[in-house]
Amino acid sequence: MIPEELKYTKEHEWVRLLDGGIAEIGITDFAQDQLGDIVYVEVPEIGRKLTKDDTFGVVESVKTVSDVYSPLSGEVIAVNEVLCEDGDSFTPEVINKDAYGEGWIIRIKVADPAEIDTLLDAAAYKAVTEEEG
Amino acid sequence: MNNELLRTPLYEVHVQEGAKIVEFAGWEMPIEYSGIKNEHLTVRSEAGIFDLSHMGEIDVYGPDALEFVNYLVTNEVSNLAEGQCLYSCMCRENGGIIDDLLVYRFPDKGPGDYHFWLIVNASNCDKDYAWVEEHKKGAVTVKNISAETALVAIQGPKSQEILQKFTKADLESLRYYHVLCGDFKGKPAVISRTGYTGEDGFEIYIANEQAAEVWKALREEGGCLPIGLGARDTLRLEAVYSLYGHEITDDTNPINTSLGWVVKLDGGDFIGRDALKKVKEAGAETAIVGLALQGRAIPRSGYAVNDPEGNNVGTVTSGTFSPSLGRGVCLALVKASCRKPGTELTIAVRSRQEKALVQRPPFVKGSVRR
Repeated sequence: MIPEELKYTKEHEWVRLLDGGIAEIGITDFAQDQLGDIVYVEVPEIGRKLTKDDTFGVVESVKTVSDVYSPLSGEVIAVNEVLCEDGDSFTPEVINKDAYGEGWIIRIKVADPAEIDTLLDAAAYKAVTEEEG
Repeated sequence: MNNELLRTPLYEVHVQEGAKIVEFAGWEMPIEYSGIKNEHLTVRSEAGIFDLSHMGEIDVYGPDALEFVNYLVTNEVSNLAEGQCLYSCMCRENGGIIDDLLVYRFPDKGPGDYHFWLIVNASNCDKDYAWVEEHKKGAVTVKNISAETALVAIQGPKSQEILQKFTKADLESLRYYHVLCGDFKGKPAVISRTGYTGEDGFEIYIANEQAAEVWKALREEGGCLPIGLGARDTLRLEAVYSLYGHEITDDTNPINTSLGWVVKLDGGDFIGRDALKKVKEAGAETAIVGLALQGRAIPRSGYAVNDPEGNNVGTVTSGTFSPSLGRGVCLALVKASCRKPGTELTIAVRSRQEKALVQRPPFVKGSVRR
């Protein structure tokens, strides 16, 4: 499952461009399937300034730990509440259930729109998964 | 080494089941089928089946076999009755652990003609067999029967009820850590009431040719869920069982890894006895403990364990998310002074110090019949 309207990275992150220069970021369905049951996510603080390719978080399944890289430079303006370990609604398994929707991880204010052109489209990302899968 | 990986007789079955296959100890093995959490919880509540055909079986028999096996392992074999199993370590002269293993004593082949199996880790099988051959003494025959022996385990509270449908052996009378030579659907099978999950269950040894039939019967007629190595690991961690290569290695000895209970210094002589006696008399320096995290972070192998003052006191040897408890748990090798249940320690998870408490084992009390 690789939605046409999203952008991707080779490291299996997806990017959804929202209005106002905002980008929503998560990990792909391929990534969640490779990881298995996701049980913990470490998210960045709101306000943190990310440079493209920075490690901004960690996704852990029962058996493995996986870093998540920022596909674009920008400032973190929102974090998915259900992935915050201190919250009562902590349910990291949403990434398994709905990687492209309820399982989004962060939203950033894009610093350099030109970087968007470096991202993969759905067809190019599909080729990446076929190579690895 | 990718082109030399070994496959069990059930490999094709796992692929058909849709398992994720990974390399483990030189074998292509299923790590998960329906998901580790689901598999884990099914074993705790019902029953699941495992392909453990990669494990090693070494056949040892002859008039001097009892004395010989007793000399190989740290636990006391002379007290073992026919049809009984024993957990033990096998050590080098310096006390370093070559492997941990199960010793099965079968009914004598004749008067004074003993018969044992050593059930060893897949990763150590060749090393173990070479060691056993090298130290062979007296009238004994040693055979590595791993390649022709398949092993399917059924684990979980419903194991007996399910397995009983397929064997004439009276499973109710087979006690924990006992073994019988019986049948599975009329064909020879060695069945022991043993396991690595903390649940009641059985390990079924059959010829390779029978493996698919046994699997299919338990899966389709028995309704058992297939369980991969991923859940096998989370289950054994909750039960606080050590795993060779993690809690114990060639560079550790049983006394310093909380396995002193399988070292019987007052029994017959065995390889490593003198070294272990010295370690025991000096007192254990370290221990393997179970630590439960207070927060949501997950401890992983290699993370540092510290005391509340920040002094390093050990290292995580295996860690995971516990599906039963819903939080991170681990085994760690720590200074003996930190071994007491209730001791507060911290685990370095990336940049943070996470609070953890030493727990009295096991983390989860399963249906195992002690």
